[in-house]
Amino acid sequence: MILIVAEHSGGSLAKSTLEMVTAARASGREGPVTLLVLGQGIGAVAKEAAAVADQVLVADLPALATYNAELWAAAAAQIAQEGEANTVIIGGSRSGREFAPRVAVKLGAPYLEDAISLSSEGAALRAQRYTYLARVTETVEAEGPVVVVSVKPGSFQAAAPAAQAGEEYDVELELPAPRVEITGRSVEKSSRVALTEADVIVTGGRGVGSPENFAAYVEGFADAIGAGVGATRAVVDAGWRPYAEQVGQTGKTVQPGAYIALGVSGAVQHLSGMGKSKNIIAINKDAEAPIFKVADYGIVGDLNQIVPALIEAAKK
Amino acid sequence: MKILTLVRQVPDAEARIKIQGQTVDLDGTTVVIDGMDEYGVEEALRLREGGAQVEEIIALAIGPKRNEDALRTALAMGVDRAIHIETDARYDAVSLSAMVAQVAQQEGAGLILVGGQEADWDSQALGAATAERLGWPQLTWTNELKVEGDTLSGRHDVDDGNESFRASLPAVVTTQQGLNEPRYPTLPNIMKAKKKELRKDDPASYPSQSAVRLVGAEIQTRARRNHMIDGKDPQAAAAELLNLLRNEAKVLA
Ligand SMILES: Cc1cc2nc3c(=O)[nH]c(=O)nc-3n(C[C@H](O)[C@H](O)[C@H](O)COP(=O)(O)OP(=O)(O)OC[C@H]3O[C@@H](n4cnc5c(N)ncnc54)[C@H](O)[C@@H]3O)c2cc1C
Repeated sequence: MILIVAEHSGGSLAKSTLEMVTAARASGREGPVTLLVLGQGIGAVAKEAAAVADQVLVADLPALATYNAELWAAAAAQIAQEGEANTVIIGGSRSGREFAPRVAVKLGAPYLEDAISLSSEGAALRAQRYTYLARVTETVEAEGPVVVVSVKPGSFQAAAPAAQAGEEYDVELELPAPRVEITGRSVEKSSRVALTEADVIVTGGRGVGSPENFAAYVEGFADAIGAGVGATRAVVDAGWRPYAEQVGQTGKTVQPGAYIALGVSGAVQHLSGMGKSKNIIAINKDAEAPIFKVADYGIVGDLNQIVPALIEAAKK
Repeated sequence: MKILTLVRQVPDAEARIKIQGQTVDLDGTTVVIDGMDEYGVEEALRLREGGAQVEEIIALAIGPKRNEDALRTALAMGVDRAIHIETDARYDAVSLSAMVAQVAQQEGAGLILVGGQEADWDSQALGAATAERLGWPQLTWTNELKVEGDTLSGRHDVDDGNESFRASLPAVVTTQQGLNEPRYPTLPNIMKAKKKELRKDDPASYPSQSAVRLVGAEIQTRARRNHMIDGKDPQAAAAELLNLLRNEAKVLA
């Protein structure tokens, strides 16, 4: 079987899980596409999962109420072994890329990290992935009784519900005692669509000028067109915006249909997080700004004048 | 406690990357110590300076000869000694973690610091894989760290925000921006570093083989439309852009 560890939050399945289902079907690996749902009070998530997968394994346990790398790794490895999975697919989120290597070590399996494509070449599973701050695309492959893969969000189409819903089964797990104690959590909630799920993103850079301008221009424009909000590291370092909004090497990787950069210079570390967006739109007063080299559409001009005009025009 | 801090020498972010044959060729490319690893080196030094019981700080590099420079940077910043397992073989992170775990055991390390995402192979796997091999907990994307006795505490980023944590040593910590500001090596320290030990270890003593094969590499540049609009008349520019986004790119309703 192909085992996928489902990503979900707030009681519903994440888009990344639907993308992993597509990745599983594209991989050319054999067996039923199986979603493993870990958590507590996850009945609704399991139902959603059953609509897209051949079967769903559910571990609804208090110990799994919040994500924990060691528990998630133990659960995935145990189910992979019991189900004789030939492939384990994990999300390329921060948490997914944190526990996937542990699963690989537990299974003695090779690990293909952050795949943007998957295919079978004989016995080998082949993947493409970005390296060198996303400037290079490498093709790698591995084989073995089982291969662990993490899949980069936004790289595959979301799977549509299948004609027939998959069966749901409860599974029993032997879990270790968690060794990391979480003493506090600060969740950066946003009323907007999550960055990694947004189809349009408006990002503000230092050129926006101030936190007040950020709210007026970046959030204002995002709200007018129903987009997610991103920020550069310069803006996050200045304390204007939360780190959760940072796009780039040390922030999030996004590939929306449209990425609109306001007052962003386009440093490599920023490009590495958004350079694969389908359309890049830049507004910058400096015609030489590197962001224009990757832009599909660009306005050279002062954003203080152009963005209010954009917001007004978009509301019409 | 002994701290093991991992370093790699990677292309400078602004350097041009070229492909030769089926792989990235770094000949003639400006290379520097990976910024993420530098945070790890700095943090090890700060833990000691902050009063944690740190017996020794060891920098470890596994890879081609160029990594010597990363080790020299770490020595000049203040680590006590360095180990270089010099090899031109290509390893994936999970295979490499077997070697790191072996060094950690031999040296009796109680804390391993690794960059959160290396700037050459864009991987986040080495820290977690090493932790699993050693049976240790891991804290990834850490931006605040304290060690008191055997207790590690701090803060790190997670998918939807951040968490404060506590764990017992030994542990693996992966670093990132915000953890600290790495120091520049001073001239006296660079001079002193020349006398510090930089041990070369034979890769044959650390049997591990890459389980992932490189098939090819390419630099893909996506053709962009580069449709530039003059912003002198803001209203006209705004209207033109929205029109293009709606009717040409079809990304807005
Ligand atoms: C290890 C490491 C990791 C990093 N990770 C990240 C990361 O994840 N994400 C990230 O973003 N950066 C990252 N960086 C930082 C990166 O190198 C840049 O410093 C940063 O992206 C610059 O942000 P910026 O474009 O907002 O600011 P600036 O470089 O200051 O650019 C501001 C731009 O706004 C324009 N501008 C100014 N005023 C106006 C106006 N009135 N109208 C229109 N345009 C205007 C200017 O022409 C300029 O191009 C990292 C750096 C390092 C070393």
